[in-house]
Amino acid sequence: MQLDQLYQEIILDHYKRPHGRGLRDAEDSGDRVEEAHHVNPTCGDEVTVRVATDGTVLHDISYDGMGCSISQASASVLHELLRGRGAREAFEVHEAFVELMSGRGQVTPDEDVLGDGVAFAGVARYPARVKCALLPWMAFKDAAARAGVAASPEVKA
Amino acid sequence: MTSIAIPEGMPQYDDVPRFDVARVRADFPILDREINGHPLVYLDSANTSHKPRQVLDVLDEHYARHNANVSRSVHTLGTEATEAYEGARAKVAAFINAPSVDEVVFTKNSTEAINIVAYAFSNASLRPDADPRFRLGPGDEVVISEMEHHSNIVPWQLLCERTGATLRWFPVTDQGRLDESGLEDLVTERTKIVSLVHVSNILGTVNATSRITARVREVGALLLLDCSQSVPHLPIDVVDLDADYIVFTGHKMCGPTGIGVLWGRAELLAAMPPVFGGGSMIETVTMARSTFAAPPARFEAGTPPIAEAVALGAAVDYLTGVGMRAIQWHEKELTAYALDAFGSVPDLRIFGPTVPVGRGGTISFALGDVHPHDVGQVLDSLGVQVRVGHHCAKPVCNRFGVPAMTRASFYLYTTTEEIDALVAGLEQVRKVFD
Repeated sequence: MQLDQLYQEIILDHYKRPHGRGLRDAEDSGDRVEEAHHVNPTCGDEVTVRVATDGTVLHDISYDGMGCSISQASASVLHELLRGRGAREAFEVHEAFVELMSGRGQVTPDEDVLGDGVAFAGVARYPARVKCALLPWMAFKDAAARAGVAASPEVKA
Repeated sequence: MTSIAIPEGMPQYDDVPRFDVARVRADFPILDREINGHPLVYLDSANTSHKPRQVLDVLDEHYARHNANVSRSVHTLGTEATEAYEGARAKVAAFINAPSVDEVVFTKNSTEAINIVAYAFSNASLRPDADPRFRLGPGDEVVISEMEHHSNIVPWQLLCERTGATLRWFPVTDQGRLDESGLEDLVTERTKIVSLVHVSNILGTVNATSRITARVREVGALLLLDCSQSVPHLPIDVVDLDADYIVFTGHKMCGPTGIGVLWGRAELLAAMPPVFGGGSMIETVTMARSTFAAPPARFEAGTPPIAEAVALGAAVDYLTGVGMRAIQWHEKELTAYALDAFGSVPDLRIFGPTVPVGRGGTISFALGDVHPHDVGQVLDSLGVQVRVGHHCAKPVCNRFGVPAMTRASFYLYTTTEEIDALVAGLEQVRKVFD
């Protein structure tokens, strides 16, 4: 196996210098703020993702947690990709990321849609690590649903 | 390592039984494998051990030549299978020096064995005529410890929920030892059962049980020892240990998965109500009610894991052939070597005893702030197989303030070269994540 396929520079960069880390309150008092806490019971990794939205635009996605480089970098990429996006657009990205991670390395990611998320293509080849990458994305989905913006169609974890 | 002179008249190193590790390794076909282009370095035997050819052959031979159900046929194959199954029970009994063969109950694993005891308590608690030693209610207490595997926590939590009894536990010291300072307050006349791990699956600590046993006897409680990590690695004598129950599992001692053991003192097993109902565990059945077989059959409802039991018997033969004292000593040397070698790795923090005394060959550690998942992944790329995560002992991780640990564990086929490979791998981990 090629270790550098898994630990791409982009992933290690996000891990060592995470973007947007730390839970934040809403800047706009009109926003609804909800969060979800997800745990990976097999390894004990934890992440809390918080969404601030007016129902159409995701004004902020903040997060905190502890876990491996893959799960922490994934949260950083999630923040980077989806913050400030329209809800519908965000869920398209979400769906693309879930599809990439479920593809066992057979899915070619679209960099226009996934940005730095394409670096996780290698992770999809490691079944034991797919859950790490998906952890913040699943927490995001729950937090968004609580804040009144739901994914459609339903994506599978 | 520094060598010390042992005074004349004391046991010398030469007196310690030894075995040829290279010859032992040749018995394990899987050790020839390559992983990711590197020779397999298997340091996860506390999770499951590998199986020697001698055990695999017996498993194969059983299905190929002697396959039949046990305890219910007069035909030749049925008799052969029954003799092999009961023969395995006798081998296991001798291996742990059980006073009677009937004290060995075959289970699926240690988890099932602990649950059988917990549910026997539960069932007894519902019956006013049951033996009072097994009856639990509000005011009664069950004592465990903070260093248990989840399998020795959750069954007791559930039992306490069902009966209204209270669960209490021994804390763990900063050095990873059982904190017995509160023994008198913890184990009291209210205590019905104390269930403790003999050797920790995460810290490697070997618990000295004699003080606790004495206190358990004083207050009239029962003692269960989870020997999942001790029976495979050191000579165990249940008479010497003076416990009431011990549990262990076959797959950690060169046997197959799906077979475990509950050993209980004959008089206790005989006084316990059944847990699983079905074939083989009955004396007679009418539509209205049933009466039950004597132990061990009472606790072995349904067709048991026959081939697995027979192969466990072969594993016991194999371990006995190498010698349990020799295995214990081999692992002690490996542990001393590893603790020494780990001392040379910057930022490595060991959880549990840092001296090779009162500890087994299971060492958990942190490498700086690199997450164990990442440590394990880089090591795997070099062929080194370690376990990462909470090791089914989350309270221990909480105790030491980490979400997960990396664990290396040794067995009779482990070599010092493999420990060197681990240490070299850790250097690689530091390079990737620095």
